[in-house]
Amino acid sequence: MTQRTQSLTNWTVRGLTALSGLCVVVFTIAFAILLGYAAWPAFSSFGLHFLTNEAWNPVTDTFGALSSIYGTIISAAIALVLSFPVSIGIGFCLSEIMPRRLVLPIRSLIELLAGIPSLVYGLWGMYVLAPCFQTTLQPFLIKHLGHFAFIGQIFSGPPYGVGLLTAGIVLAIMILPFLTAIVVDLFQSVPRLMKESAYALGMTPWEVTRSISLPYIKQEIFSGAFLALGRALGETMAVTFVVGNAHRISTSLLAPATTISASIANEFNEATSDMHTSSLIALGFILLVSTFLALVISKCMAARAVKGRPA
Amino acid sequence: MRSFIKRAAAVLASAVLLCCLHANATEEISGAGATFPYPVYAKWAEAYKQQTGIGLNYQSIGSGGGIKQIKANTVTFGASDKPLTTDELKDGDLIQWPMIIGGVVPVINVKGIAPGQMVLDGQTLADIYLGEAKYWDDPSIVKINPKLKLPHQPIVQVYRSDGSGTNFLFTYYLTSVNSKFGQKVGANASVQWPAGIGAKGNEGVAGMTMHTDGAIGYVEYAYAVQNKLSFVQMVNKAGKTVRPETATFEAAVANADWAKAPGYYLILTNQPGDKSWPITGASFILMHTKPVDAKASKEALDFFAWAYQNGNDAAKALDYVPLPASVVAQVKDSWKQIDLK
Repeated sequence: MTQRTQSLTNWTVRGLTALSGLCVVVFTIAFAILLGYAAWPAFSSFGLHFLTNEAWNPVTDTFGALSSIYGTIISAAIALVLSFPVSIGIGFCLSEIMPRRLVLPIRSLIELLAGIPSLVYGLWGMYVLAPCFQTTLQPFLIKHLGHFAFIGQIFSGPPYGVGLLTAGIVLAIMILPFLTAIVVDLFQSVPRLMKESAYALGMTPWEVTRSISLPYIKQEIFSGAFLALGRALGETMAVTFVVGNAHRISTSLLAPATTISASIANEFNEATSDMHTSSLIALGFILLVSTFLALVISKCMAARAVKGRPA
Repeated sequence: MRSFIKRAAAVLASAVLLCCLHANATEEISGAGATFPYPVYAKWAEAYKQQTGIGLNYQSIGSGGGIKQIKANTVTFGASDKPLTTDELKDGDLIQWPMIIGGVVPVINVKGIAPGQMVLDGQTLADIYLGEAKYWDDPSIVKINPKLKLPHQPIVQVYRSDGSGTNFLFTYYLTSVNSKFGQKVGANASVQWPAGIGAKGNEGVAGMTMHTDGAIGYVEYAYAVQNKLSFVQMVNKAGKTVRPETATFEAAVANADWAKAPGYYLILTNQPGDKSWPITGASFILMHTKPVDAKASKEALDFFAWAYQNGNDAAKALDYVPLPASVVAQVKDSWKQIDLK
C-alpha cells in the first residue's frame, strides 16, 4: 500500500466510525423529541392528572397512566425480588462450589435462556404456567393467606391464572440469565489473592462469599440489578400474554393488571381517536424516561463502586 | 481498498435495479385494515391473481389502522369492521360498503357442559361482563338454563385486550340490550372492562378461555368453528333461541334494512327476526370518492366486483357469510360516486 492509500483508508475509517457514533446520539435525541412531540396533546390536555388517573377509557376519551405504571413497576419488582437471590445463589455456586469444568456448560445453559424469544415465554406462561397456577398455587395462596389482615389483601380474589404475580414470575425467568451473567462475571472479578488469603485463614466458602466477595462487588451487583430492572420494565410480548391486560389497580397480586408496553402493544393498532393514540405514545414516553432513569442509576452505582474500591 | 468500494457500489447498484424491476413487474392493488376478513380477502386475492395476474397487497393491521391509512391516502382501499358515520365519510371524501358478513360467538369453558348446551340472553351476557353475575350458578343464568347442572364456580370473563372490530360488535350489542352496560362501559373497538382478563386476538381469547376453568370469552364465528370451541346459544330480539351458524347470520343480514341506512352505516347486531343471530356484523371497505390514482381505484373496484361474483364459495368454505345479492346490487350502484376520471 502506498502512503496515499493508507491515509485515505485512515480517513475513511475515522469518518465512518465517527458517523456511527454520531448516529447513536442523533437517533436517541431525535427519538425522545419526536416521542415527546407526539405525546404532547395527551400531556397538555390531561396535565399531571395523566400520571395520577387510574381510568383508561377509550369510549369517553379519558386516559390516565396510573394503572399501567402501577402494573409495570409491580411486575418488574416481583421479577427482581425473585430472580435476584437466585442469581446470587448461582454466582456463589459457580464461583466457589462447582468443579471448574462444569462452570462453562452451566453458564452456557443459563445464557441459552436469554436466547429464547419472549413470545415463547409468553405462550408457555399462558398455556402451561397460568392454568397450573389457577388450579394449584393460587387457590393455595387464597386459602392459606387470604384470611390474614394485611397479606390477605395481596392474595385475594378469584384465581384467574394470569395476573400480576404470573407476569412477575415469567419476567423473573426472563431476566435471570442477564442478572446471572452479570453476577457471575462480578464474582469472578474478585481478586484471587483476597479470596485465597481468606481461605488460608480457615474460612468456609460461604464465609468467603459473605465477607469477602459480596462486599467487594456489592455496588456493582445493585448496578446490575438496575440494568435487569430496565429490561423487565420494557418487556412486552411475554407480559402481554400473562398479565391479564386490565386497566385496573387492585391490591391483590393475583388480579389481572396491565403494563405500559402491554397497553401499547394491545391498543396501538386500533386506536382511532387522536387522544387515544397520543396517550399511548405518552405511555411510551414515560417508559423511555423510566428506563433511562434505571440506566442512569445503574451507571452511577457502577461508577461509585469503581471509585471506592481499594487499589 | 478501492476495488472493495467499487465492488460494494456494484452490489448496491444491482440491488436497487432489482428492486425497481420487481416493483414494475407486478401490478398490485394495495389495501390495509381489518384483521377479521383477512383470510377471505387473501383467498380471493389468490384466485384473482391466477385469473388476471393482478395481485392484492393487503396488510391486516386492524380496522383503526385501515381507517388511518385510507385517510392518509397511502392505500387504495381501507377495510374496517366498524362503519364510519356519514359525517366522518363526508369529512374524508370517502364512501364505504359492506363486503362480507361474520358473527361473534360467546364461548365457555365450564366442566360438564357440552358445546351448545348453555343458553344466554343479551341482558345476562352483559351482567356477566359487568362483573355482576359472579358465579356460574347465578340465578339469572339458572333461570334461562333450568335443566343444566351449573357449578358454584367463579366466572372468569375473557375479553379482547387489543382494539378490534370484534370488540366493537360485542360491546355494541351489549350496550343495546343492557342500559347499565352502556352507561358503565359503552361501545368501542377498545373499552375499559370492569371485570375479567384480557387476551390478545381471537387466538388469545380462545386459548385463555380453553385453559381457564370457568371462563367465558367471545370470538369470531369462523374461529370458533375451526377450533371447535364450546359455543353458547343466544336468545335473540324475537325471544327465540338460536345457534351460531351460517343460516342465523344470513337471517340477520336478510332482516336488516340496508336501503334506509345512509352510507351503509348499519350495525347488524340485535336484528329482528325469529332466526337472526344477535351478534352479527359486516366488514366494510372504504375508498376515496376523488381518488388520486383513478387507475388503481378502478382496479380495486374490478377486484371487488369479481369477488361479489365469484367469491361466495370461497367465503362459505372459510365460514364467512356472503352478502345477499340485493345488497350487492345496491353496493355496485353506490360505486358511481367514485370519480374514476
